[in-house]
Amino acid sequence: MNFFEILRFALRGLTINRLRTFLTTLGIMIGVSSVIILTAVGNGSSKAVQSSLDRLGTNSIQVRSGSGGFGLRARAVSNNTKPLTVADAVALVDSVQAPDIKSAAPVMNANATCVNGTSTSTPSTFSGTWPSYFEASNTSIAKGVYFSNDDVTQGRRVAVIGNTTATELFGTDNPIGQTVRCGGIPFTIIGTTAVKGSSGFLDGDSLFLAPITAVQNSLTGYQPLSTIIVEAKSAKTTDAAQSEIQTILDARHKVKSSTSRDYRLFNQATLLATSSSSSQVFTVLLAAVAGISLLVGGIGITNIMLVTVIERTREIGIRKAIGAPKRAILSQFLIEATILSLVGGALGVLGGFVGSHFTIVGVKPVIMPSSIFLAFGVSVLIGLFFGGYPASRAASLRPIEALRYE
Amino acid sequence: MHPVIDVRGAVKRYGQGESSIFALDGVDLSIEAGEYVAIMGPSGSGKSTLMNIMGALDVMTSGKYFLDGIEISSMDENALSVVRGRKIGFIFQSFNLIPRTTALANVELPMAYQGIKSAERKMRALKALEVVGLSDRVNHEPTELSGGQQQRVAVARALATRPALLLADEPTGALDSKSTSDLLDLFDQINAAGRTVVVITHEMEVAQRAKRIIRMRDGKIISDSLNAELVK
Repeated sequence: MNFFEILRFALRGLTINRLRTFLTTLGIMIGVSSVIILTAVGNGSSKAVQSSLDRLGTNSIQVRSGSGGFGLRARAVSNNTKPLTVADAVALVDSVQAPDIKSAAPVMNANATCVNGTSTSTPSTFSGTWPSYFEASNTSIAKGVYFSNDDVTQGRRVAVIGNTTATELFGTDNPIGQTVRCGGIPFTIIGTTAVKGSSGFLDGDSLFLAPITAVQNSLTGYQPLSTIIVEAKSAKTTDAAQSEIQTILDARHKVKSSTSRDYRLFNQATLLATSSSSSQVFTVLLAAVAGISLLVGGIGITNIMLVTVIERTREIGIRKAIGAPKRAILSQFLIEATILSLVGGALGVLGGFVGSHFTIVGVKPVIMPSSIFLAFGVSVLIGLFFGGYPASRAASLRPIEALRYE
Repeated sequence: MHPVIDVRGAVKRYGQGESSIFALDGVDLSIEAGEYVAIMGPSGSGKSTLMNIMGALDVMTSGKYFLDGIEISSMDENALSVVRGRKIGFIFQSFNLIPRTTALANVELPMAYQGIKSAERKMRALKALEVVGLSDRVNHEPTELSGGQQQRVAVARALATRPALLLADEPTGALDSKSTSDLLDLFDQINAAGRTVVVITHEMEVAQRAKRIIRMRDGKIISDSLNAELVK
């Protein structure tokens, strides 16, 4: 009795009940591909967050108004809160007191809808700022020019816009030199930024940047600043830069203790660490969900293998009565189980690859190679064990017991 | 020349202690090569148990069994599977063909387990099907055959391995009278060709074809004689 003979029996066994074979394979396939796709989604989202944070620049620090806490405590301090001002931003650029700070840029956010003829666009980021903002926020110009310090001093209504905003307003036309009205105020476009991509729900290219003086004069008035973006000399000196900011602002805002500060600092490096750890949790959660579906698939295989073997106990009895050795019967069922789980696993890997090519809930999945081996390996092991165990029990029966089985 | 079947002191007990039942209670039986034996008895007489033990499908609680001169009673399951394949051809009441498998493949199956090459296997299977008169049904599956035809496929399957012993357990139990007499003619023919045939039955009509009739009751042999009809 050679191997090919047994292989032939196994293939016959599989083709006899096509529906059962198909359903088992489908179960394994779904389990394997869901593990691959879900971990790829988790992995992809963490990669996306990381790269969007990388783009922001790791040596920039944001200063925002308000205390560190939320709720009651935040309200209690808010009475003494001194707003962030342009003067604060000026004070931070001080080569004596703050040798590690390269630049600081005040940012004044506004909400305005821009109109060009019949096209409208509401940029998710509409900010008035200084030219140093571009470097601190890792924003570069693709076409046209940056606005200059002179534009800021003169309060000229010029603007640099992101790709999304440009497309919404001008379609495929060249926006440089054109004029749009934002909140009723005309701005001349002098440049477009290089594509940044989106980070989560925020489109980094839905962007409108103008000199802070122009925004203040025409749209917001002289309200407190939204943020000050500070750029440290290098990624290594962000901690030093951070304490220099605190020294200068504590003095200016007359802060008595570190717990009663009326501003907050956000370091990109710490944001990166927080977000990557949270997306890791996300990946683990997705993997757990996927693992459960693989387990359910595994139980499905087990169930079908058990039913297959029980249903064929009588056939096993006949085969034994006409001289089949235990080895031949066991091999036949093991090969059937192996083929099912191999084919199902392979189709699942294929499905995982295909599924990972689509963007899922705004995330471009990135396949983790380890998930492929894990999912495939687990499915094959489940198939072998749970197919092999009932088969070995049936093959060990005395033929008379197997024959009496109805 | 040793007997094909030599059973000595066969005991088969089910259950333990006081509630145990003796299906076989000390049976001695010897069958020579070329004999045609019918074993008769009511249900529960132990005839099926005896047949299962003679066919190496079941093991006895105590006693010795020599098949074709080889002691079977001490063999393990793996060795027994070889004996079943080479020495014994089975015919069951419920035919026991492999479902959704052609007559030819069913007849080839025991030879496949013996490791006989595909070409020779096919030749022998076709020959055996010709002997039972089913040359025109080789590619039919069991569901496409009548009961009588299925039983003849089972006979072909049993013959193709050229066993020392043909064992039939109520072979006509599920057949109509026409198929029954066809099958019994086939058994006569097989026995006339020199093969040992043992038939378990409770039908007198079937037993009358045999040359020797053994009657059982309560796990014991109560009579063992040559067929009175033939003696006459």
